[in-house]
Amino acid sequence: MTDNELIWRIAGGSGDGIDSTSQNFAKALMWSGLNVFTHRHYPSRIRGGHTYVEVRAKDEPVQSRGDGYNFLLALGDSFARNPQEEAYYGKEELKPLYENFDDLREGGVLLYDEGLLDDEDVDEIGLEEAAEENNWHVVPMDLRGIAKEHGREIMRNTAGIGATAAILDISTDEFEKLIKQNMSGDMQEANLNVLHDAYEAASELDVDHDIEVPEGSHDEEQVILSGSNAISYGAIDEGCRFISGYPMTPWTDVFTIMSQHLPSFGGISEQVEDEIAAAALALGASHAGVKAMSGSSGGGFALMSEPLGLAEMTETPIVLVEAMRAGPSTGMPTKPEQADLEHVLYTSQGDSARVVFAPANIRECYTQTRSAFRIAYEYQIPAIVIYDQKIQGELRNLPASHFDEEPNADPGSVLTEEEIQDAAHHSSGKFQRFLHEPEDGSNVSPRSVPGQKDGRFLATGNEHNPSGHISEDPENRIAQMNRRLNKLDDIRADLDENTSHQTYHGPEDADYGILVWGSQQGTVFEAVDRLNENGHSVKALGVSDMAPYPKEEVSKWLESVDEALVVEMNATAQFRGLTQKELGKYGDKMSSLLKYNGNPFEPAEIVDGFESSIDGEELAASNMKYVPAAGD
Amino acid sequence: MSAFSAINEEREIERDEFTPGIEPQATWCPGCGDFGVLKALKQAMPEVGKNPDEVALFTGIGCSGKLNSYFNSYGFHTIHGRSLPVARAAKLANPNLEVIAAGGDGDGYGIGGNHTIHTARENHDMTYIVFNNEIFGLTKGQTSPTSPKGHKSKTQPHGSAKSPIRPLSQQLNAGATYIARTAAVNPNQAKEIIAEAIEHDGFAHIDFLTQCPTWNKDAKHYVPYTDVQQSDEFDFDVSDRAEAAEMMRKTEERLYEGEVLTGRMYIEDERPSYGEEKRQIGEMPEEPLAERYFDEDAEWERTYDNLLEHHK
Repeated sequence: MTDNELIWRIAGGSGDGIDSTSQNFAKALMWSGLNVFTHRHYPSRIRGGHTYVEVRAKDEPVQSRGDGYNFLLALGDSFARNPQEEAYYGKEELKPLYENFDDLREGGVLLYDEGLLDDEDVDEIGLEEAAEENNWHVVPMDLRGIAKEHGREIMRNTAGIGATAAILDISTDEFEKLIKQNMSGDMQEANLNVLHDAYEAASELDVDHDIEVPEGSHDEEQVILSGSNAISYGAIDEGCRFISGYPMTPWTDVFTIMSQHLPSFGGISEQVEDEIAAAALALGASHAGVKAMSGSSGGGFALMSEPLGLAEMTETPIVLVEAMRAGPSTGMPTKPEQADLEHVLYTSQGDSARVVFAPANIRECYTQTRSAFRIAYEYQIPAIVIYDQKIQGELRNLPASHFDEEPNADPGSVLTEEEIQDAAHHSSGKFQRFLHEPEDGSNVSPRSVPGQKDGRFLATGNEHNPSGHISEDPENRIAQMNRRLNKLDDIRADLDENTSHQTYHGPEDADYGILVWGSQQGTVFEAVDRLNENGHSVKALGVSDMAPYPKEEVSKWLESVDEALVVEMNATAQFRGLTQKELGKYGDKMSSLLKYNGNPFEPAEIVDGFESSIDGEELAASNMKYVPAAGD
Repeated sequence: MSAFSAINEEREIERDEFTPGIEPQATWCPGCGDFGVLKALKQAMPEVGKNPDEVALFTGIGCSGKLNSYFNSYGFHTIHGRSLPVARAAKLANPNLEVIAAGGDGDGYGIGGNHTIHTARENHDMTYIVFNNEIFGLTKGQTSPTSPKGHKSKTQPHGSAKSPIRPLSQQLNAGATYIARTAAVNPNQAKEIIAEAIEHDGFAHIDFLTQCPTWNKDAKHYVPYTDVQQSDEFDFDVSDRAEAAEMMRKTEERLYEGEVLTGRMYIEDERPSYGEEKRQIGEMPEEPLAERYFDEDAEWERTYDNLLEHHK
C-alpha cells in the first residue's frame, strides 16, 4: 500500500452510469494535474448487478490498479429486480455497497445513497460494526433526492461526484467544465445544480478523515484513453482502412471504435455474419490491395482458425486482434484473463508462421499495433495483437505527443504495374508470385494485386509452385515451407534491430527476477519497486513478442538472475511453458504465480507472492496459485 | 491515373486467353460436368469484354474448387465454404474488379450456407456459380445437401432421411437479384446465363447442374432439359417475385422426379447493389480504396490531428 494516493471507487448497477461517471472523474483529475489509472469490473448483463470502477490518482505516473481503495461511492443498484421476492434475490440493490467491504482501507470513506438504500437494510449488513473495526467514515446522503429535485434519478451519479468533491476538498471547477463540454440546455443546467447542491450538502456534514488528495502538474499536454482506442489509432495511422468483425465482448470495443471512425478516414467497416466471414473478408480486402484487419475474443477467434491458416499459406498479410476474456468456452465474458496465449499461437492446422505481439499498456497498444501492420505487410504474414479485457477497459493518461507520429500507409511488398513487367513470369504468362528464392535474397516474394496488368497468379491453400498452382512435388514443398517459415527468423532480426518490444525494470544487477507478459506488466513493475524498497534485490522483464520469441533477450536476462517468478493471469502457466519451449531450458529456474479468478493482480499480491516464493512458504492468499520450478 | 490498367482495357478479348497454359491436364474425371462450367465461363468472357487481369475468381474446396486452376485470371482458391466472404471483400476493396465466386453444392449450400444467405442478402455486385452435382464428389460419393431424400451412400447407408435443400427458393428469400439454373449439358444456355449474370448489377446466383458420372448421375440423366423461357408450359413473369417463387418450387421438385428445368428464374434490376448502398450512406469511398495505396499523392490523415481532441 502506498500513501499519498486516492483510489476512488464508484459502485452501482449496470445502467447507473458508473462507467461514464468514472471516466469524467478521471478526466477531471487529469485536468487538475494528476496522473490517473482506472480499473473496471462489471458483470455480464445489461442492467443491474454489481459494477464498479476504481480511479487511482497520484502525482507520479500510475501504471497499475492499487491495493483496494480508500473512498467508496456506493450508489446502490437501482436496477435490482423483484424486491418482493427477497428469498431469491436477497438485498441485491445493496450489493454495490457491501460486496467488497474488505478492500476498503482502514480510515477510508464510505459514501452511500440513502435515497436508494434503506437505512434499516444497511443496518442488517453489519456496516456499523465493520466501520468501527476499520475506522471507516460512513456518510449516508440522499443523492437520489438531490438528483430528483433538479432533474432525473440517473443524475445520482453527478450528485455523488459533487459530494465526493466536498468530502475530499477538491474543486468542482473541472467537473463543471466537463458538464458544460458534454451537455447542453436543460440537461446541463440540471446537472450543474445537482453537482452544486450535493457539494453544499456534503460540505455541511464536515466529514473528518485522513485522506489527502495529492496535488500535481503536467509538463505537457495529456490525453486519457483506453487500450482499445490505442489499438484502433495505431491501425489507422498505419494505413488500415478496412475492418470486418462480429460483436463479442471484449473485442467489440476495437470494432466499435474503428467502425465509428473509419468512414471519415475514407475506409470501410463491415459487420458480418460470423467470425469465419470476418477473417475471410479481411483476407479478401488485403488480397485486393487494402490494409485490413479483423479480430475477436476467444470463441470468435476459434472460428478464425481456418482463415488464419489460409493467410499463412497464401502469404496474404492480415492483422487480427484477440481480446482475451476468461475461458474456457463462454467462460466469464466480462472478466480478464491471459489464457488464450496457446490458442493464438497454435490454432489452425500445420506448421504455423505467424507473428504475435502482446502489448502491456496503452502506449504499447499503439506502437505494437503499428508494428504488427508493418511486419504483416512487409513480410506477408498474419500478425496478431493479443490483449485482454483489462487493458481494453482501463483508462490512463499519457502525453499527447506519444501519438504525434507520421502515418505510414505503405502496403509493403507489393509491386507496381511497371515493376511487374520486369518481374519473373512463367512461360505461360503467369506472374511468379511465390518464388523459391526471391530476387533480393530475402524470403519474401513480392505480390501483385488483382487488376494489375500481367500480375495474375493463383493464391491457394494447397501447397503450390511459384505461379501459385497446386503442386505436391517434394522439392517444391521443402523450398516453399522453408521460405515461409524462415520469414520468422528475418522478422526476429528486424525487430531486434529496429523495435524492441520488451521492457526492463528495476536494478540491472538484481539477484531475482519477475517475468511478465501483457497486461500485468505495470502491476509487476510497481511490485518490483516496493520489493526493492523492502530490501529485496529484484528486477522485472516484460515480454511482448510472443512470436517470434525474443530468445536472445530473455535468455540473457534469465542468465543474469538466480531465480525468476513468472506472473500471469491463467491457471496453466502458458507463458512460462512457451519460454521453456522456446529456450529449451530454465525449467528449474522459473516458478509461477498465477491468478485466474477473474480479477487482475494487485501490486501487494505480487509482493506477497514473491516473498512467500523465496521464503519457501505457502501462499497465504487463496485467490492465487504458486507453482514451483521444476525439481523444487 | 489508375494503378490497375488491366481494368476496362479497350481491346478484343479471345476465349483462349483464359486457358492458363500451365496446367494442361484437368484432374476432373472424363465426362464430368465441371468441364461444361469451365467452357461456358471462358466463352462468356469475350462477350462481356473482360480480360484475364481484371477478373478475380474465388473458389471453395472440392472438384469445383479447381476451377481457377484451369481458368486464367487472378485466382483465389480459398477454404471450404468460404469463397464468398473473401470474394465480396475484394469487391468492396476494388469495385472495378470483375468478381466471380464458385464452389460446389456442399460448399455453398452446406458448410458455407450462412455466407451464401448473407452475401445474397447484401446483394454484392458479383456472380456466384454453384456446381450442383447432388453429391460430394472429391471425398468419394457421400450424400450432399442437394441429394434427394432416400439417397444411399456410405455415410447414409439406410438412405438419407433429409429432404434436399431448395437452393433457388432459398436465394430468392435471401435477397439475390438474379437467380438462374443451367446445366453442363446445355453449354449455349450456360454461356448466355453466365454472361447475363456478370453483367447484372447485383448478386447473381447460378445453380449449375453438373453431372458426376463417377459417383452419381451421368450426362444422360440431365437430358432432355427444358428451358423454361422457351417452353409454353411455363408462362411466368421472371421479375415477379411470387411467380418466380412458384416456378422455383416446381423446378426444384421436378429435378427429383427426373425432369430437368433450367433458365432464368428471377431477375430484379431495380435494387441497388451493396456497394451503391454503402456509398449512399457515406460508409464507402467513391474512389476504389485499393487505388489509394498506389497513389503517391494520396493524403493519409492521422489520428493525432483528428481523434485525439476528444481525449484531452
